[in-house]
Amino acid sequence: MQVSKSFKRLIFWELSIPVALLTLGIYHGLMQTIYRAGVLKQAAFAKLDYYQGLTLHGVINAIVLTTFFAVAFGHATIAFYFKKEPNRKVAWFSFALMTTGTVMAAWAMLAGKASVLYTFYPPLKGHPLFYLGAALLIVGSWVSFFDWSRMYVKWKNENPNTKTPLAVIGTLINFTIWFVCTLAVAYEVLVLLLPWSLGWTPTVNVTLARTLFWFFGHALVYFWLLPAYIMFYTMLPKLAGGKLYSDLAGRIALFLFLLFSVPVGVHHQYSDPSITQGIKFFQGMLTFGVTIPSFITAFTLAASLEYAARRRGSKGWFGWMKKLPYLDADNYLFAYLISGLILFIFGGLTGIVNASYQLNNVVHNTSWMPGHFHMTVAGPVFLSIIGMSTYLYTKLSGRKIFMPKVNVIIPYMWTIGVLIFSTGLMWGGLIGEPRRTNLGMTYLNPDHELFRPDWVPTTTLALIGGIIMFIAGTLYIVVFFGTMVRKKQHAAALELPVSDAYHDEKRIPLFDKFKPWLVVMAIILVVAYVPAFLNVKNNTGPKAPGFTPDNPVPIESTKK
Amino acid sequence: MAAIIDKIEKRIIIATGFLLALFIFSILYARDKYRTDIPECLPYDKAYTEPKVNKIDEKTYQVFGVAQMWMFQPAEINVPVGSEVDFFLTSKDVVHGFNIAQKNVNMMAIYGSINKTTVRFDKPGVYDIVCHEYCGSGHQNMKAQVIVNYPQSK
Repeated sequence: MQVSKSFKRLIFWELSIPVALLTLGIYHGLMQTIYRAGVLKQAAFAKLDYYQGLTLHGVINAIVLTTFFAVAFGHATIAFYFKKEPNRKVAWFSFALMTTGTVMAAWAMLAGKASVLYTFYPPLKGHPLFYLGAALLIVGSWVSFFDWSRMYVKWKNENPNTKTPLAVIGTLINFTIWFVCTLAVAYEVLVLLLPWSLGWTPTVNVTLARTLFWFFGHALVYFWLLPAYIMFYTMLPKLAGGKLYSDLAGRIALFLFLLFSVPVGVHHQYSDPSITQGIKFFQGMLTFGVTIPSFITAFTLAASLEYAARRRGSKGWFGWMKKLPYLDADNYLFAYLISGLILFIFGGLTGIVNASYQLNNVVHNTSWMPGHFHMTVAGPVFLSIIGMSTYLYTKLSGRKIFMPKVNVIIPYMWTIGVLIFSTGLMWGGLIGEPRRTNLGMTYLNPDHELFRPDWVPTTTLALIGGIIMFIAGTLYIVVFFGTMVRKKQHAAALELPVSDAYHDEKRIPLFDKFKPWLVVMAIILVVAYVPAFLNVKNNTGPKAPGFTPDNPVPIESTKK
Repeated sequence: MAAIIDKIEKRIIIATGFLLALFIFSILYARDKYRTDIPECLPYDKAYTEPKVNKIDEKTYQVFGVAQMWMFQPAEINVPVGSEVDFFLTSKDVVHGFNIAQKNVNMMAIYGSINKTTVRFDKPGVYDIVCHEYCGSGHQNMKAQVIVNYPQSK
């Protein structure tokens, strides 16, 4: 499909800003493994503090990259399937808000005024621009979503009996989840934290802020994941040379995500006070509900890949695994997606461990957690984002890829790195190694009384994995920006791979409209979250004053 | 629906159902049989904000733990083998973690909230308490221990 210059430019900026920031993001990822292994036994390196780097790593990789990409990819899928570009002014306005927010937050973090991590748990207090920047980034992404919704309603009115393309359903569901969950974090930021950070309100209810954050925090991971799911369903079978096993299965999985993504956040608070075991258990069970769409996806994708391999002539029960285009440099997107899926097998299984109520006691806030989520967010999410960024950019610019043979190796290298890294972290977590901790200063420093020799092998494994990941990530950045300086070689157009369905079921109205699902979503949300918020209201005591990360004395009393 | 769901899909749905039922059964079974549970919910009470160890009887203790930047109080808790300890936990400032990895005790310490869990110490030894939530620049220095039947330092 031919697209306007403005649209191309928009996608270009939305893809390249986060990839440029990724240099900072992955640098701080590597640095953490170095500190944690005890190679560095200090608070800061090159004038950037460990916790400042940790904040940059989390915010850039998990919030900025994912949100910018989700919007760019949303624009691309909507435009491609509706054969119509989104409103130009609205799209650029959305981009401007997101970029302004990112610049504000980046300044606050780099200036060392917001080393409060991406969860920004109060009463640690960051600079007001950090909170305002985060809010602008989120609100900016809403603006694009509103425009796509308008386009969808118009398209639906014109085509009432046509099945809405799966990718469009996926994008709209993803941003509906995002809109609902970010309402909570917007409330937290704009009503609780920003006035408090500006000194207008003296104190903040910490448990309430945490509960609002986790209303957002778990749905956030599905917002990261659904663009990858859209690629898995609508592109991967085609790239493998086959068909999607069932189109309806994809729709069912996506609508189940709409129901179960948000009302599960309390499972991040199993170890928190002020919320009853009953409501924690209930949301834990709902979390098992959200595994169902992932099980559906695992089956449907495996069946699609097996079908593709059999068409390529594979035999036997497991022979199909060998007959896929793993190293085809022209079909590199397959490599990125399949690597992500391999990591996600382990990411998904360890996620079920985390959700399993009292098993969470073993792993909560230990290094098991980053071990787990680097096989989800740094697995299928990250690999599909960077693979698709290259893909969209080359198609829209008409340029050929720089170092195509290296490009197709990157995702496998990354996968090996993550597997080693996560093994180290998860093993460490099982023997009590904490996450989010500058271990090198104390626990991994042989001269310190807190030295823990049993964490030496675990942090060393994580360091080895981290180095491999860093090399793969750096190569990716070289390929992405290297592609930009190549000459234009083919006609520029917006192109996406499109999988046909093996079972192309006829349109079932229930799986082609939003209203009934939105109603059920609202009911489950109310049932799951009203008791949680009542718990918090009834069981918490005084509110907390603010603290900067470097001083045990509250900020207000240091001013006097 | 029969026409649109093929035989293999039906089988896999049933298998998934069994798998999830097994997971949920295991959670409930372990909760009953091994008395493993997550922290309890208590309403806020100022009484818990003063760090101390209460001896209820020979085998029953209460610990009022207070986490702050960057220490735990009490930092050394001495109890005899076989004692059952109720840990009540809160924070004087930012959010802290409270992890006794050997006993799977895992709690968050939060200003304005009281956390609680119960644990039995059946073996003598030194149990390290680690803060596993980022609490500012001195986070990695937080330190406390439960000492079970070891020569007391006092």
